[in-house]
Amino acid sequence: MSDVLLPVAIALPLVAATLPIALGLKYERAGWPVAAVATTALAGLATAIGVEVARDGTLSHALGTYEPPIGIELVADELSVAVLALVAVVSLATLAFARVAGPRGNAFYSGYLLLVGGLTGLVLTGDLFNMFVFLEIVGISTYALIAADRSGASAYASLKYLVVGTVGASLYLLGVGYAFLATGTLNMLDMQVQIVEQASYADPLIRASYALIVAGLGLKIAVFPIHAWQPDAYQRAPDAVTTIVAALVSTASAYALIRVSYTVFTVDFLAANDAITTVMLIVAGASILAGSALAAMQSDLKRMFAYSSVAQFGMIVAAVALANETALLGGIVHLVGHGLLKFGLFLGVGLLALGYGARELDDLASAARSAPYTAGAVALLGLGLVGIPPSIGFLGKWYIGVGAVEASMGGGDPAGIGIAVVIFVSTLFTLSYVARVIERFYFAGVGLSDGHGDGSHGDEHGDGSDHGVAADGGSESPSAQTTDALIGGDEGNDSPLTPVAGAPRSRFVPDRVPPAPLVILILAALTTVALGFGGYALFEWFDPFLTEVFA
Amino acid sequence: MTDAILDAVSGVAPVLASGTATASAVDVLTTRHAYVAFALLLCIGLYMMIANPNLVKKIIGLNLFQTAIFLLFITSAYVEGGAMPIVPEGAAETETFVSPLPHVIVLTAIVVGVSLTAVGLALCIRIYDEYGTLRTDVLRELLRDEGSLPERPSVGGAGGGETDE
Repeated sequence: MSDVLLPVAIALPLVAATLPIALGLKYERAGWPVAAVATTALAGLATAIGVEVARDGTLSHALGTYEPPIGIELVADELSVAVLALVAVVSLATLAFARVAGPRGNAFYSGYLLLVGGLTGLVLTGDLFNMFVFLEIVGISTYALIAADRSGASAYASLKYLVVGTVGASLYLLGVGYAFLATGTLNMLDMQVQIVEQASYADPLIRASYALIVAGLGLKIAVFPIHAWQPDAYQRAPDAVTTIVAALVSTASAYALIRVSYTVFTVDFLAANDAITTVMLIVAGASILAGSALAAMQSDLKRMFAYSSVAQFGMIVAAVALANETALLGGIVHLVGHGLLKFGLFLGVGLLALGYGARELDDLASAARSAPYTAGAVALLGLGLVGIPPSIGFLGKWYIGVGAVEASMGGGDPAGIGIAVVIFVSTLFTLSYVARVIERFYFAGVGLSDGHGDGSHGDEHGDGSDHGVAADGGSESPSAQTTDALIGGDEGNDSPLTPVAGAPRSRFVPDRVPPAPLVILILAALTTVALGFGGYALFEWFDPFLTEVFA
Repeated sequence: MTDAILDAVSGVAPVLASGTATASAVDVLTTRHAYVAFALLLCIGLYMMIANPNLVKKIIGLNLFQTAIFLLFITSAYVEGGAMPIVPEGAAETETFVSPLPHVIVLTAIVVGVSLTAVGLALCIRIYDEYGTLRTDVLRELLRDEGSLPERPSVGGAGGGETDE
């Protein structure tokens, strides 16, 4: 009976999504409690599903008692459980930030729960068309959430994403349609069998189907030539929305790519179609390089990390296309690890924007002095993004790199070595922009006076005479969104980092940021490090899935 | 993206060819016109989304694009002389039936498409309220003046943005 957990996990957030609006008729602030209860329950369900899968292996449920392949099947295996856990944890943790950062209002929480429900469904479904429906539920709620910021720019960014994202989902649907024409089934496992029985791996219809699905999901994942929607969407969305969208939405699409590639089309298909995997590797390589290079050119922190996502997802696509066990393991680990890292980074950036009104790198001179814990966590996560061990960011990249080299060793195909080189170059780029952030946080503005920050450490450079030492051109113009919230704007020129009016104060830390999200940020940073130590455990966990796929 | 379209076109070819061994271009046009219409609609929709500067027309292009996909499903489900897959009690089950699955898929996809159009139009209204225009070129100027877009279009924005919108 434990398989009933699967539909319940999907239905729970979707049903709960109606409550904030319904209760909103009577209660002003019903949204947050409803969302908190629903996501907590989802985390519990995810844990229960994880325990079941760990004990009995793959868990599956036939919806409405229609047995697959006729009916829709929900499946949880090791891979889906890992992504499901990420979805549950991040959606619960983001709520703590959304409470203080907004957007407020019951409609926002309805959209938020719809997004969570869509992501859960996307991760658990075992049916290709069902996956399209969940892909679109995730899409529509993401468009709405991005536009939840009441600015025109966010509406434009959201509409851009809507057009591109819908084309992506439609291409996916078209690909599913082709595969359906060739095999007459929509169930993933059944299609895996039928592709061999009724068609072949060389069948043009099957090839076109896979190419369309990859192109469609590529648009949703935002790999290089088709990534243009993503930085705008991440930058213009409200901070809390960016946190969850950056951590989960592209991740779920990349999960869909792994699932379709390995459960439906299988490794043999990829091996039989070199042309497709070569194109995927080229696109992935371009994505890794371009994403890292563009990220290094940005001055807005949210935009920087958005471009960095383009690069990281390029690595995951490369891992899929390399089609060997080590690379795929790396891809999956990086998928989860990147989700956690980006959650933490965008949360940290959001907290700094909330507490100090600073979004540009230039505004954040010596942030580590006034906000040591926030800056420290962001720096730790940034180093994880670079891939400095011990961090989960290192593990994922390492396995992908090793897998790439292995692929070249075996077949003599130079593409693998190329990917390994590209990953190395990208790591250098990543180091360059993360180092810029760390330099700003810890070393910039040494000569600045330490006037503000009541809980700050000693005034080692107390005399205000050496203003000129701080070659800090941008700091006099705090970003437009928060100008009105700044206090002491007239003396802001030479102060390192000025808290906004009414920034929360804490007895324990000097950081002028809300305490609950700060605790979560620090936990997230520590989790990425802890997971880095758990490399072997991760391998053990994904081993059944990998063995099945590469059987 | 163009690769995908090429794939789409080449993917239909075997379907087209499977009917008659000697399928010439004329035969294709006369007997498989629905597939031709599908390919045309798909391309027109995509072209509208890329080339038209008006946001509402982009959404219309999006609808055309989706309609083309619905048409593919409906056409592929057509069976010569097929009956509705509803068997009354006691009736003989000897007839050829049409698979209901593609129709159900299209119904669902239409619902998804309608909600997407609704969200898109709502965003258009907000953009128009804010800026008084729906043309992307004017919008970009306004956003640049406002500071929401970088002064010079960045490499990524210029390179990818033009082709993807």
